[in-house]
Amino acid sequence: MKKKNSYLRAIGAIAWKDLAAELRSRELLSAMLVFSLLVILIFNFALELDAKTRNSVTAGVLWVTFVFAGTLGLNRSMAIEKDRGCLDGLLLAPVDRSAIYFGKAISNLAFMFIVEIIILPAYSFLYNINLFQPGLLFVIFLGSIGYTAVGTLLSAMSVQTRTRDVMLPILLFPVIVPVLIAAVKASGGYLQKLPFDQILPWINLLIVYDIIFIAISFMVFDYVVEE
Amino acid sequence: MIRVKKLVKRFGLKTVLRGMDFSVENGEFVALIGPNGAGKSTFLRILASLTRPSMGSVSVAGFSLPKEAADVRRKLGVVSHQPLLYVDLTAAENLKFYGRMYNLPDVDTRIIEVLEMVGLTKRRDDLVRTYSRGMQQRLAIGRAVLHDPSVMLFDEPYTGLDQDASAMLDDVLRTVAARGRTVVMTSHDLARTEDLATRFDVLSRGKIAASATHKDFGSGNLLNFYKNVLEEGKKQ
Repeated sequence: MKKKNSYLRAIGAIAWKDLAAELRSRELLSAMLVFSLLVILIFNFALELDAKTRNSVTAGVLWVTFVFAGTLGLNRSMAIEKDRGCLDGLLLAPVDRSAIYFGKAISNLAFMFIVEIIILPAYSFLYNINLFQPGLLFVIFLGSIGYTAVGTLLSAMSVQTRTRDVMLPILLFPVIVPVLIAAVKASGGYLQKLPFDQILPWINLLIVYDIIFIAISFMVFDYVVEE
Repeated sequence: MIRVKKLVKRFGLKTVLRGMDFSVENGEFVALIGPNGAGKSTFLRILASLTRPSMGSVSVAGFSLPKEAADVRRKLGVVSHQPLLYVDLTAAENLKFYGRMYNLPDVDTRIIEVLEMVGLTKRRDDLVRTYSRGMQQRLAIGRAVLHDPSVMLFDEPYTGLDQDASAMLDDVLRTVAARGRTVVMTSHDLARTEDLATRFDVLSRGKIAASATHKDFGSGNLLNFYKNVLEEGKKQ
C-alpha cells in the first residue's frame, strides 16, 4: 500500500512540477499555440473551401495541427529535463521509473488539451464549422492520449541524441500512423454526420492502440532512460 | 558501505572501467582523483544506479546493483556539477517536488530545516533562475540531503564556481553533506580535496592505480603523490 502511495505521489509530483513551471514560464505552451494558430491560418488561406469540402478536410487539418504542435511540446518537455541534468534527478528517486513516464505523459497530455481547447474555437471561427460535438471531442481525447503515450516514450529516447529536434518526428510519425488514421477517420465521420456504426470501428481501434501504447511504454521506459 | 568487485563498463567497443575493485567503509570520505576520461564520472553514475555495469558486482549500503536499485537510491544523495534543479520553480518548490518524489512524511518541516542548513531561508520563495551558480550548488546540496541519505556522491561539485563560492561550498559540504555520512567525491581541485577527504584513490586507465591517506604522503603533498602515481602508470 505504501509502495502504491509513493508511486502515485511521484506521478502527481512530476505532473504538478511540469504544470507549475510551465504556467510560470509559458515557453512550451506559447510555442505550441503560436505554431498551431499559424498552421490553421495558413490552411485557411491555402484552401478555398466550400461548405461540403470543408467537412471532409477539417479532420485532416485538425490532426496535422495537433500532431505538429504536439511534437514541439514533447521535444521541449523532455529537453527541459535533459539540459540541466534534471532527468538524472528524476532517475535518482527511489520509485519505479514507469512513474516518471506516467508523470511526464500526464503533463504532456495536459499541454495538448490546453492547446486543443484554444485551437478548436479558433478553427470553428475561421472555417465557420461547429467542432463542439461530444463525439468529436471524445475522439480528440482518445487520439491525444495515444499520441502522448507513445510521444512521451519516444521523446525520452530522442532527447539522448544530438539531433533530438529532428529525431523525434522521424521516430514518432511512422509509429503514430495507426492512431492518426483512426483519429482522422473517426473525426471525419462525426463531421460528415456518418452513422455511428461506421465510426465505431475507428473508435475501437483508437482505444486498442491507446492501451497497447501505454502498456508497451510502461514496460520499456526503464530501458529507454538507463544507460 | 560500498563494495565494488571486478567492475567492467563498456560503451560499445570502448572499455572505460577494466575490472575495478573499490571499497568504502562506513563514515569514510574518499576522494576519487584522476585525469579526464579515466572513468570517474562513469563510476559514480554506476554507484548512483544511473548506468548499468557491464560486468562485476556493486553493492551500496548492503543492496546490490542493479537488482536492488530502488533501495540503493533511497540511501543515496548525489551532487553533480549540474544542480538538477528546475529554474522556473522556487527553492522551496524544488525541494517540495523532490520531497514528494522520495515520499517524505513531513516535507514542509524538512524543507525549512534544509534551507536553514544551506543558508537559503531568506531566498526560499525566489525562482532558482535568479540564483547565482554558488547558491544553486548550495541548494543542490540541500536537495541531495533532503531525505537524509547515508551515502553521498559528489561529482565535480566545484565546477564553474569562483573562489568565494567554492569556499562557501566547502563549509556546506563539511557541515551539512559529509557529517556522519559515507562520501565518495571526484574533483580536479586537489587542494580542496586534500582538505576534505580522509582517503585518496587515484583512478587511472579504468582501475584504482593507488590508494593513500594523509599519513602516507604527508600534509600538502597530494599533488606530488598524484603525479607520481600517473607517471608510474605511464611507465608500465
